[in-house]
Amino acid sequence: MTMRRIALVAVALAAGCFTATAAEKPVELRRDAGRDRVEANCTACHSLDYVLMNSPFPSAAQWDAEVAKMIKAFGAPIDEADAKIIADYLKRNYGS
Amino acid sequence: MRRMERDRSRISGGAGVNLLSRRHVLVGGGRAMLAAWSGGFMLGSAAAPGAAGAGTVHMPSGLAAGTLKEAVLDALPGKRPLIKLSWRPPNYETPVEYLRTQITPNDAFFVRYHLSDIPTIDAAAWRLAVGGDGAGGSFELTLDELKAMPAVAVVAVNQCAGNRRGLFTPHVPGVEWGYGAMGCAAWKGVRLKDLLDRAGIKKEAVEIVLEGADGPVSGGTPKFIKSLPLWKAMEETTLVAFEMNGKPLPHFNGFPARIVVPGWTGTYWMKHLVSIRAVTKPESGFWMKTAYRIPVGLFPTVARFASQETTVNMPITEMMVNSLITSHNDGATVGAGTPLVIGGVAWDAGYGIDIVELSSNGGRTWQHAALGPDLGRYAFRPFSLALGPGIRGRHTILARASNRIGQTQASQLIQNPAGYHHNVIQSLTIQVT
Repeated sequence: MTMRRIALVAVALAAGCFTATAAEKPVELRRDAGRDRVEANCTACHSLDYVLMNSPFPSAAQWDAEVAKMIKAFGAPIDEADAKIIADYLKRNYGS
Repeated sequence: MRRMERDRSRISGGAGVNLLSRRHVLVGGGRAMLAAWSGGFMLGSAAAPGAAGAGTVHMPSGLAAGTLKEAVLDALPGKRPLIKLSWRPPNYETPVEYLRTQITPNDAFFVRYHLSDIPTIDAAAWRLAVGGDGAGGSFELTLDELKAMPAVAVVAVNQCAGNRRGLFTPHVPGVEWGYGAMGCAAWKGVRLKDLLDRAGIKKEAVEIVLEGADGPVSGGTPKFIKSLPLWKAMEETTLVAFEMNGKPLPHFNGFPARIVVPGWTGTYWMKHLVSIRAVTKPESGFWMKTAYRIPVGLFPTVARFASQETTVNMPITEMMVNSLITSHNDGATVGAGTPLVIGGVAWDAGYGIDIVELSSNGGRTWQHAALGPDLGRYAFRPFSLALGPGIRGRHTILARASNRIGQTQASQLIQNPAGYHHNVIQSLTIQVT
């Protein structure tokens, strides 16, 4: 067993002992107008890989519906102006 | 490293997409995987010593481009590297390699959460509250008190309602699962019925409402609350489970106790259970009234949840009959020197697997596969069939399971708004050279 492997095993064991939360890694969205609004609003509740995983297939109507669902069904506190910026960003960058 | 590269190419060797593990320096399981690869019935636990996980994992090519790009192997604390679909809340599916056995190892079992506030549970401080307006009384149990009650065990498949959602055409938004949002385990716990009997169920009670300790991070988000019809809650195999495959439940599978509803989709299997309430009015939250619903009459569902049905839709309940070929990946190349043994697992809602048929010519002719040991009507049932030897060329292999009430896997995808119940006959191509 190499030193590197030993070190990694030790880190893994320590993680298992002291925390049960996932080690979230940063998700990079495409640089485009509105990305800051997506990051500021959406990441409060979920990681941004939800966007990437659901791409590039949603139609414009589906992205509108997803944003509306987050606000209406899941109570995301996003104002109307931001909601439009977010939906437009998603349609432009991750739509079909 | 060189040996690992070789193993990786042999393990993955097929169409679709192979993911590189972020922890591939820890890989030691390649050879163990290959040993399990070669077919026959795959029995017992897959927990081969030192098998930290495959360096690569095969994903079906039918997934969306964004899903294939974003999915990576990653190990949650206490888990082997699984296929990460989302970091927060954590949604991780089980690589097909771990579904070659009848029992899925705890540390390879899939992880599914809707909401992101997931507390670490202190077993000593945990309490389970039982009561509700449909109960004659109420009480609380500590974990030790729960464990002191008469316990039973059942081997049962836990499958997410949206397993294989990622394979819908056209794609349906949601968690884009491949084949691995499922697993089969031996669950041990107390009958939910025994707890309800102790509280005393009034004749007006219609549903049993279940809540876990996890919840939303935003005050406006509906808490994940589910209910069961009284008849299902009172079944002998519906459990409050505190053991999985002889061990405490892993944190990410609901420690210290979860509901087990054999035959029904995973949405009812409440994790981190803290509250059980008998109620006289149907539960009216988002997760019952809006989510997890299917159009009335679309699927051959037998198990009904009358108090939650409308004229247009109904709650998803039991799983559809299904099977998965686990012996080979789509696009695999194998040598003609040895018989081609196709194997996998089949399951249904507990009516029992009757037959599994395989076709090696795209469905023109079918042969009955041999069925492996029966661990109970809610468990994975292994199947296996040797084709050849000497059948060179490209073969389109199909597997089709049927159950004892005459239900068969769908030949065409049954579209539905949320992408549930994907049980289309699987088709894969194997090249014999």
